[in-house]
Amino acid sequence: MKFLRNILDKIEPNFKEGGRFSFLESTYDAFATFLFVPNHTTKSGAHIRDAIDLKRTMSMVIIALVPAILFGMWNVGHQHYLSHQIVDASFFEKFWYGFLKVLPLIVVSYVTALSIEFAAAQIRRHQVNEGVLVSGMLIPLIVPPDIPLWMLSLATAFAVIIGKEVFGGTGMNVFNPALLTRAFLFFAYPQHMSGDNVWISNQGDAVTGATPLAEAAAGQDISLSSWDMFLGFMPGSVGETSTLAILLGAFFLIFTGIGSLRVMLSVFAGGYLMGLLFNLWGANEFMLMPAHYHLIVGGFAFGAVFMATDPVSASQTNTGKYIYGFLIGIIAVLIRVINPAYPEGMMLAILFMNTFAPLIDHYVVGANIKRRMKRALTQK
Amino acid sequence: MSLFSSQNRKLITTPLGKDNPITVKVLGICSALAVTVKLEPAFVLAVSVVAVMGISNVIISILRNGIPPRIRIIVQLTVIASMVIIVDQVLKAFVYDISRQLSVFVGLIITNCIIMGRLEAFAIANKPWPSFLDGIGNAAGYGGILIIVAFFRELLGSGTLWDYPVIEKIGLYNIGYENNGFMILPPMALIVVGIIIWVQRSRDKDLVDIS
Repeated sequence: MKFLRNILDKIEPNFKEGGRFSFLESTYDAFATFLFVPNHTTKSGAHIRDAIDLKRTMSMVIIALVPAILFGMWNVGHQHYLSHQIVDASFFEKFWYGFLKVLPLIVVSYVTALSIEFAAAQIRRHQVNEGVLVSGMLIPLIVPPDIPLWMLSLATAFAVIIGKEVFGGTGMNVFNPALLTRAFLFFAYPQHMSGDNVWISNQGDAVTGATPLAEAAAGQDISLSSWDMFLGFMPGSVGETSTLAILLGAFFLIFTGIGSLRVMLSVFAGGYLMGLLFNLWGANEFMLMPAHYHLIVGGFAFGAVFMATDPVSASQTNTGKYIYGFLIGIIAVLIRVINPAYPEGMMLAILFMNTFAPLIDHYVVGANIKRRMKRALTQK
Repeated sequence: MSLFSSQNRKLITTPLGKDNPITVKVLGICSALAVTVKLEPAFVLAVSVVAVMGISNVIISILRNGIPPRIRIIVQLTVIASMVIIVDQVLKAFVYDISRQLSVFVGLIITNCIIMGRLEAFAIANKPWPSFLDGIGNAAGYGGILIIVAFFRELLGSGTLWDYPVIEKIGLYNIGYENNGFMILPPMALIVVGIIIWVQRSRDKDLVDIS
């Protein structure tokens, strides 16, 4: 570690004002603070002292994603061999197949997102922001395994430029960049993002390849048991299938205090409640699907844990978080059941509520001011 | 004053750039989103707006001393509506297919805020010739943006230009390229207009309002 520090100290003057590479200052800064906690001190004003900074926060989210990534890789291979009726494929064969499928997705999304982020930082002369580390990892997990790489790259570029840099970089974005990537792919290349033939990598003829949600939307019985769906043995986007792996990540996020428990709980509560309401209504087969199924199929759990809790695009106030999460759950199930064009509503529900998060905050803050004002006036 | 004095030339050139109705004044957005899926209808609409705006500016300018101020808006609307009906009939007579594609948007030229705006802001107080130039200039500034947006939307969304299959001829489909379905949807037109505004403002710092 010592020698790394020495190298950094030695080359630092080159990147400072007047140095040879001063135009690359933010690039140097990004690498240096990535390796070591910076010793910058704030000179003025009141500040909260905290041992953790944005880079460390984002690394924690990456760690929380590890179970979902690993399971996703295995499941990609598992579904592939299953669809070719090769039952004797070993654990490592499956994992290796999935690994080779998923790794290019991760590399492409990181290279695209990071190069744009670095370029934007150089042009605008501000620091490289770390939100991109998480976005780059989330993006491969919410796309089908066979998505062409150039599409993924294009969509990532779109999301980072139009969804984030235009607004002023990390912390200013209205929408979650990873979800924007998916939304772009979904609307631009629907043949690669929906239907029965995209969720299994290099699909064989032995299975239909329909996700449980697609089966339910078509009014059929779901062919998988709820345990299968909870553990994640079903076709779907790379990282979203296993509710168990996602919950492991969720516990880690809550334990480290990074993910908001309020948002996660209220999303699940909203989805479950809406499922129950539809059960009562029961106008068709899909509405009669047990309410807890909604929480374990499709991207519901993944969205609730990793997307809805995005600290930038979610509501900031505590009461606001409950409202925000609850409405996400309700709208996601509503879109699933009512709108036949979109079997999965989680993405649209979160993006939709992202637009409303500032409004919710506005009224929560306003209500608080009003309440305290009333108290102050009556005590007089 | 000569016909093409520098002041008169400015009437045409500023709406094309610094004072563009769409990218700077942000008027006439709805038709810019609706008809720009393909180049051909966008071009026809642009030409129609140029015709309507040039002629109605001249008419209002000629009548300007005879219009009672209290009913001037009604007079302006009547003039615009008559022009639009004429243009609509011409389109139906000579390019029926495109007229069908444009459907209500030819009729909706009447409600295009750019036209009313220029009549009210310029033609009502100026002589016919400068009014004509102003009308042509603003309509061309509007039409130009329409055509730029339509160019990108048709090329990326449908893979064609003026219905000629450019992408197929180049052979991009063979190496795995696919048309971007998002480009055909109206939201993408808004984003394309946004990008044009972004490019224009970063080239011309005078347009950036600091507030």
